[in-house]
Amino acid sequence: MLTLRRLLLVLWTVPLAVAAGVLLGVFAGPAWAAFAALPVGLLLWGWPLLGRNWRSWRYAERADDLLIQRGVLWREETVVPYGRMQLVEVQSGPLQRKFGLASLQLHTAAAATDATVPGLDPREAERLRDRLTELGEARSAGL
Amino acid sequence: MNPKAVNAGPEAGAGGVVERRLHPVTPLRRAWAPLAVGAGWAVHDPDGAYRRVADLAVETLLLGGAGLVVAAALYGFLTWWFTHFAVTETELRIRTGLLFRRTAHIRLDRLQAVDVNQPLLARFLGVAKLKMDVIGTDSKDELAYLSERDAAALRAELLARAAGFAPETAQEVGEAPVANLVHVPPRQLAVSLLLTGRTWALVVAALAVPPVLWLTTHSVGLVLGIGLPLLGAAGTSSVGRFVKEYDWRVGESPDGLRLDHGLLDKEHETVPPGRVQTVRIVEPLLWRRRGWVRVELDVAGSSNSVLVPVAPRELAVAVIGRVLPGVTVPGAGAVAGAGTEAGALSRPPARAKWCVPVWWRGHGLAVTDTVFGTRHGLLRRTLTLVPHAKVQSVRLTQGPWQRRHGVADVHVETGANTSVAARLRDTTEARLLLQAQADRSRTGRRTARPDRWMAP
Repeated sequence: MLTLRRLLLVLWTVPLAVAAGVLLGVFAGPAWAAFAALPVGLLLWGWPLLGRNWRSWRYAERADDLLIQRGVLWREETVVPYGRMQLVEVQSGPLQRKFGLASLQLHTAAAATDATVPGLDPREAERLRDRLTELGEARSAGL
Repeated sequence: MNPKAVNAGPEAGAGGVVERRLHPVTPLRRAWAPLAVGAGWAVHDPDGAYRRVADLAVETLLLGGAGLVVAAALYGFLTWWFTHFAVTETELRIRTGLLFRRTAHIRLDRLQAVDVNQPLLARFLGVAKLKMDVIGTDSKDELAYLSERDAAALRAELLARAAGFAPETAQEVGEAPVANLVHVPPRQLAVSLLLTGRTWALVVAALAVPPVLWLTTHSVGLVLGIGLPLLGAAGTSSVGRFVKEYDWRVGESPDGLRLDHGLLDKEHETVPPGRVQTVRIVEPLLWRRRGWVRVELDVAGSSNSVLVPVAPRELAVAVIGRVLPGVTVPGAGAVAGAGTEAGALSRPPARAKWCVPVWWRGHGLAVTDTVFGTRHGLLRRTLTLVPHAKVQSVRLTQGPWQRRHGVADVHVETGANTSVAARLRDTTEARLLLQAQADRSRTGRRTARPDRWMAP
């Protein structure tokens, strides 16, 4: 997950830096090419930030609910009782599959509930999905 | 009553279920569409429309008009002919569609509310529209039109079946008796609207903005373009609201809550018990001296959100006690208009003023064994109550600035897509609240009433 996000960061910022450096250097003079430092700075700043964010994601299956914690500066903690889960979704895009990742999303009757666990090992995601569905059925409570 | 108001004879459908048709005046309603489109086009572009019409010969015009009307009538007739509905033990089935068939099966135990609406024209014809609110569907699930008597009978039958009466008796149970709880007198409603800041703001804006625009730009289009929508908004927020909320009655019956209102378009809504997700008590500044409040409610899948447009506080609290059984309204003991203090609600810690400068005083929280109640707003105070049994998930959020001052927000989400926030709580308190709320929402559900509230 961390590798994937870092890769995406590099993929976006490096061409941007090169493009800015070359275009501005050619058309506006070498002094302007210094703007290429902006994406590079972004890259240097984002690299550890992504690491911190990645470390902050946590989830715990507790006796009656699922707890998800995330965020470093803007912290968020979500508690979803198993009985309230309407459906559990496992997603895996092409890039995610390449890195052997899957993300799991819980839906309750409230659309505002945003309980996602990204970057799981596909086997773990499937295990979690099956376990959650099972628990959800046992404690089903409806609306 | 219209002599033709006899329902098209019952017709045995598939599986021995009696399928019924809508009232025969229904095609008329559909015939409106092309005329409305034509009229809309003419109004939208008067010059162009006039030129086009003048170019055509009279015969062509008549022929075209006749053709249009016939086509519309045919279309209306066919859609009516192909629309059937049937009530089975557990479902309401609606089959409709001429080219694109659509079959809707509505599970009765998931019914959130049943409305009988009568637009002005329908009242003259003695017909009514039956609307079912179910979570996640669009407005298509309505039966328009039925004769008044049929609509009432069908509503009673649907509710009886949804309540879980045995199928044989469901048709005979009939309309449940209604006990009147609140009736809002027109005078009170009018005064309450006059005391609403928004009404005045819109009226003033509608009267002041066009002249100013005229003086500065001298452009007719601009003045009309801005003035008319403003006037419209002012109209709907004052006159429109009065007309809609006129003669507001709240009744209680074993079927649930009855809301009847309307001056021109009559609406009768029924909300079965246990369907209410949140209740809000809104208290605008100018109403406070009179001790009036407005009560709003959220039912999943329903559009209407007003429970009582205006009522004295004690009466409103009594009604809420009926809607959410066993619920005491936090802060209800406080004397109305006694200032910012409101009984049992606890305020955020004083350091929260660094996060939300003035309005932090307006936030408050009270948790009883049945509801989670939060208040916000200084001038227009809103107290929101969520029964623990309706909480879908709990969330705690904290930004960097908030963490610096040791406060956090707790959000509670319900099935009616509303998110209720208790803002600016002390961090440790918020953490405890998060855990406790998750527990309460789980246990609260166990004691809640079943979906089929009358099931033997």
